[in-house]
Amino acid sequence: MKIIDLEKSTVRELNQALHDQHEECTEREWEVTGVKGDHNLAVGLDESISVHIKGHAGYYCAGMNKKANIVVHGNAGQGVGENMMSGQVRVMGDASQSAGATAHGGLLVIEGNAGARCGISLKGADIVVKGNVGHMSCFMAQAGNLVVCGDAGDALGDSLYETRIYVKGTVKSLGADCVEKEMRAEHIQELTDLLNRAGVDENPSSFKRYGSARNLYNFKVDNASAY
Amino acid sequence: MCGIVGLYLKNPALESQLGALFEPMLISMTDRGPDSAGFAIYGDEVPDGWIKLTLRHHDLGYSWEALSSEIKEKLGCEVDWFSNHCVAVFKVHAESAAVESVIAEFDADVLILSAGQSIEILKEKGLPEEIAGKFNLAGMKGTHIIGHTRMATESAVTMEGSHPFSTGMDLCLVHNGSLSNHNRLRLELERQGVKFVTENDSEVAAGYLTWRLREGDTLNEALKNALKDLDGFFTFTIGTRDGFAVIRDPIACKPAVLAETEDYVAMASEYQALTTLPGIENAKVWEPEPATIYAWERGQ
Repeated sequence: MKIIDLEKSTVRELNQALHDQHEECTEREWEVTGVKGDHNLAVGLDESISVHIKGHAGYYCAGMNKKANIVVHGNAGQGVGENMMSGQVRVMGDASQSAGATAHGGLLVIEGNAGARCGISLKGADIVVKGNVGHMSCFMAQAGNLVVCGDAGDALGDSLYETRIYVKGTVKSLGADCVEKEMRAEHIQELTDLLNRAGVDENPSSFKRYGSARNLYNFKVDNASAY
Repeated sequence: MCGIVGLYLKNPALESQLGALFEPMLISMTDRGPDSAGFAIYGDEVPDGWIKLTLRHHDLGYSWEALSSEIKEKLGCEVDWFSNHCVAVFKVHAESAAVESVIAEFDADVLILSAGQSIEILKEKGLPEEIAGKFNLAGMKGTHIIGHTRMATESAVTMEGSHPFSTGMDLCLVHNGSLSNHNRLRLELERQGVKFVTENDSEVAAGYLTWRLREGDTLNEALKNALKDLDGFFTFTIGTRDGFAVIRDPIACKPAVLAETEDYVAMASEYQALTTLPGIENAKVWEPEPATIYAWERGQ
C-alpha cells in the first residue's frame, strides 16, 4: 500500500501519482492522509486501483472517475463523484449538494445523508444513499438509478427523464412530471441488485418507485395545432 | 463567492484564545474572498448605561483624544477609549444616540462601524491575513466572533462595502451570495428611514433586519420575514450579543457547514476552515438545511 500524506504533498502531486497508474500500474492500494477538506481529491482516475481518503474531503472529490474504487472515510463536499464514468465511490459520512451530478456510470454509495440536488442530471450511474437526500434530487435526471433508504426532500425528480428513483421513507414533495409508479417484479430485482452491490441490508419490497410521467419531454400530438 | 466563518465558545476557558482560534479560520477562506475581510468580536461588555462604539477614521494618526474630550465636555460623562490601527473603541457612559450625534457634529469623517454593549466590528480592504495582522486578531479575547472574506460581485471593493454590516445594537450580518431585489428593497427601506452608504446588496439585507427589529420583530421573526422578502442567494451568519444565528435561502446553493463539540459551535463556508479547531476530528459536523434558522445563545 502506498500512502500519500497531504501535509507533505500537494493535491496536484497526489492526483498526478494516481493518474500515472494509468500508464503503468505499479500499486493497486492507495491511502491519502492529512486530509483537511481539500478540493479535487482523486479526480480523473483511469485505472482499477483503490484509494482510501482518510478524512473529510472538499469539493468534487472522485470527479470523472473511471474504474477506480474510492472511499472517503469522512464527509464529502459538493459534487462528489460528479461526472463519474465507472468504478465505485463510497462516502462513509454525509455528502453535500450535487452528489453524483451528471454521472454516466459506476456506483456511488453514501452511507450518511446526501444534501440538495443529489443525482442532478444523472446520465446512467447508480446512486445508493443510506440516509436522506435533500431537495431537487434527480433534477432533470436522464438515466440510471437513485436509491434512497431514508427520506427525500422537496421536488424529488423535477423534470425527470428516464432515471428510476426508489425511496423507502417519505417524499416531502414530488417535482414536476415525477410520479409514483408500480413496483413490478423486474423493479424488485433491479433494486435487490443495487442494494447488494452497495452492501446495504434493506428489504426491497419496502421501497416505492418514482419515475417520469413523460408529459414534459414527449411531444404530444394534441399540441400540433399550436405550430 | 465569499467566505463566512463563525466561532461561538461554550467553554469559557477558551475565551482568552478566541482570536487565536479564529484567525486561521478567517485566513483559510482567502481563496473564497481575497478583496477584503472583517470580523465582529463579542466580549469585554460595558455595564448597563454605557455604550461601546467602534469608530474608524481614514487617518492613522487621528487624534481620538480630541474626540474623547469633546464627548466628555458635551455630555458631561465618563469616556474610556483605546485605538487599534485605524479604529478606536469608545466606551461612553451615555445614550448611544447622544454620543453618535456629538461624533457626527464633531467630525463627519469618523465612521461608526458598530454600537452596542459587547460588539466590536473591524474590517478593511485587503487580504484576510494582512487584516488579521493589522488588528492583532490572534491576541483578541471574547465569547464569540463572526467573520467574512469578500469576493465582490454586486458592488465596489471598499472598506464600506466589506462585511460585517451592523444591523443594530450588538447585531451584525455577514453574507455569502447575491440578492436580486436589493435595489427596490433599498428604496422601500429608505422610505422607512433606514440609511445606506453603499450600493452593496448585503447592506440592504442588514438594513432590512435593522428595520424589522426596529418594528418589534424578534430576531427569529426578522429572519423568517427575511426568507419571504429577500430574493436571491444567501447564507447569512448573524452575530448577536449572546451568540450567533445561521440561515440559508430555500435554494441553498451557497455553502455552509456547522460543527459542534462540548467546547464550541463553529460555522464556515467550507470544512477547510474548521480543520485547525481543537477536537474537530470528533466534532459533530453537518450541513445546515435550507430555509431553517439555527441559533446558539448563551444562557439557553
